[in-house]
Amino acid sequence: MIFHHLGKYILLLQASFKKPEKFKVYWSEIMREMVSIGIGSLGIVCIISVFIGGVSTVQTAFQLVSNLIPRSIIGGITRDSAILEFSPTITSLVLAGRVGSSIASQIGTMRVTEQIDALEIMGVNAPGYLILPKIIGGVTMFPLLIILSICLSLFGGYIAGSASGAVSSNDFIIGLTTDFNPLFARIALIKALVFAFIITSVSAYQGYYTSGGALEVGQASTRGVVMSCIIILCADYLIAQLML
Amino acid sequence: MIEIKDINKSFGDKQVLKGISAVFNQGMSNLIIGGSGSGKTTLLKCIVGLHEPEKGEVLYSNQNFTAMDFEQRIPIRKEIGMLFQNSALFDSMTVEENIIFPLNLFTEMSLSEKRDRANYCLDKVNLKNTNKLFPSELSGGMKKRVGIARAITMQPKYLFCDEPNSGLDPKTSIVIDELIKDITEENNITTVVVTHDMNSVMGIGDNILFLHNGEKWWQGSNKEIAHTDNPELNSFVFASKFMQAAKEKL
Repeated sequence: MIFHHLGKYILLLQASFKKPEKFKVYWSEIMREMVSIGIGSLGIVCIISVFIGGVSTVQTAFQLVSNLIPRSIIGGITRDSAILEFSPTITSLVLAGRVGSSIASQIGTMRVTEQIDALEIMGVNAPGYLILPKIIGGVTMFPLLIILSICLSLFGGYIAGSASGAVSSNDFIIGLTTDFNPLFARIALIKALVFAFIITSVSAYQGYYTSGGALEVGQASTRGVVMSCIIILCADYLIAQLML
Repeated sequence: MIEIKDINKSFGDKQVLKGISAVFNQGMSNLIIGGSGSGKTTLLKCIVGLHEPEKGEVLYSNQNFTAMDFEQRIPIRKEIGMLFQNSALFDSMTVEENIIFPLNLFTEMSLSEKRDRANYCLDKVNLKNTNKLFPSELSGGMKKRVGIARAITMQPKYLFCDEPNSGLDPKTSIVIDELIKDITEENNITTVVVTHDMNSVMGIGDNILFLHNGEKWWQGSNKEIAHTDNPELNSFVFASKFMQAAKEKL
C-alpha cells in the first residue's frame, strides 16, 4: 500500500515538473502562490515565533538555578534552539496546518467539481499548472518565513527575559552574540526548503487524488496535514542526524 | 467526425461499457441517452480521454486518439470544447478570465484581441456585461452558458456537453439546447451531448445513441425514436405521462 502511494506521488511530481505550456501564465501563478503562502502566513508566523522565543527563554532561565552558570547562556540556548529546532520545525508544523490544508482542499475541490478535468480537456498539464507553482511558492517563501521566525523568536526571548527579570537584556545580548555556529543557520534553511517541499507536494498529492464530494475533500485536507506533519518530523530527525 | 470502435470499460469487477461502436457526424447534434447508470458519462469520458478504455479505439477525423500519449493528444485537445455537468468554471477567475484562459495558454493573441474574443463568445451565449462577475455570482443557467462560451473560445471542431440541462428549468433548458444546436450548425462542428432530457432528444437529436446497461441498444434520429419497437427504448422515452400523451397523438 505504501509503495502504491509512493509510486503515484513520484509520478505526480514527475508530471508536475514537466515543461510549462507557457511560462508567463505559470509565472503569474507562482507570484500568486508566493503571496498566498508568504504574506498569508505572516500573521501566524509572527505570533508563534514571539511566543516560542519568550517561553524558551523563561523555561531555560527557570532550569538554570546554579550560580556557577552565567545568565548570558540563556541567550545562547534560546538562539540555538530557535535556529536549530523551534523556528524551522514548529513553524513548519503550524504552516502544514495553514498552507497544507489550503492546498489539499483547493485542489481537492477542483477535482470533485471537474475543474481539473476541464484543464485536462483543454490540453493543459494539470499537475504542472496546479502543483508546480505551489511548490515553487513554498520553497521560496518558507526560508524567508523561517528567517523572520528566528528573528522574532530572539526578539520574543529578549522581551520575555527582560520583562520577567529572568535575564537582563545585557546578559541576553551577550549570550546571543557569543559562540555562534553558522552551520546551525545553514541547517535551518535546509530544513525550511525540505519542509516546504514536503508540505506543498504531499498536500497537493492528497488533494489531486480526491474523489467523491465535500466530505472527501475534508478528509483529504486532514490527511494532507497529518501526513505532512509525520513526514516533517521524520525529515527533521534525518537532517539532524546527517548534518550535526 | 468521431468514430468509436468496440469501447469496453470496467471499474473493478463491474463492466460499465460493453463493446460500443458508433459514428458521430460533423454538423450534427449527436446525443447519447440512457437511464442513470447506463454508462453515458463514462462513454463520454472515454471519448475525450478522461478515462482510458480497456479495449477499443476512439478516432477523431480518422486519427487514433486512444493510441496517443498525453503530448500527442494536445493538438486534438485544442480542437475540443467541453461543457461539464456542473459547468466546472474556475472559481478563482472571473467570467472573462475563464473564457480567455485557454487563449492565454495556447495563443499569442494580445489582451485586447482576447477580450474581443471573450466578448464575442459571451455575446453568442447572450451574456453581455458579465465579464467581471465570478462564477459564485451566477445562476445555474448562466454558469452553463459561460461554460459553453469557454468551450467555444478556441473555435473547437468537437463540442462535448455532459448533461447540459441538469438542474435547469424547462425554459432555460430549451435555450441551452437551441444554443448548442445553433453553434453546431453555424460552425459545422461535431457535437456530442449526453442527456436524459426528452425535450433535448426531441428538440435537437439529429443522431441518437441509446445505451442500456452499458450496451448500445439503438441508434437513430429524433424522427425515428417515437416509432421504434425497442421495448427498453420505449419504456425510457415514454416514461412520463406527457410523452405517453404525445405518443397517442402521433
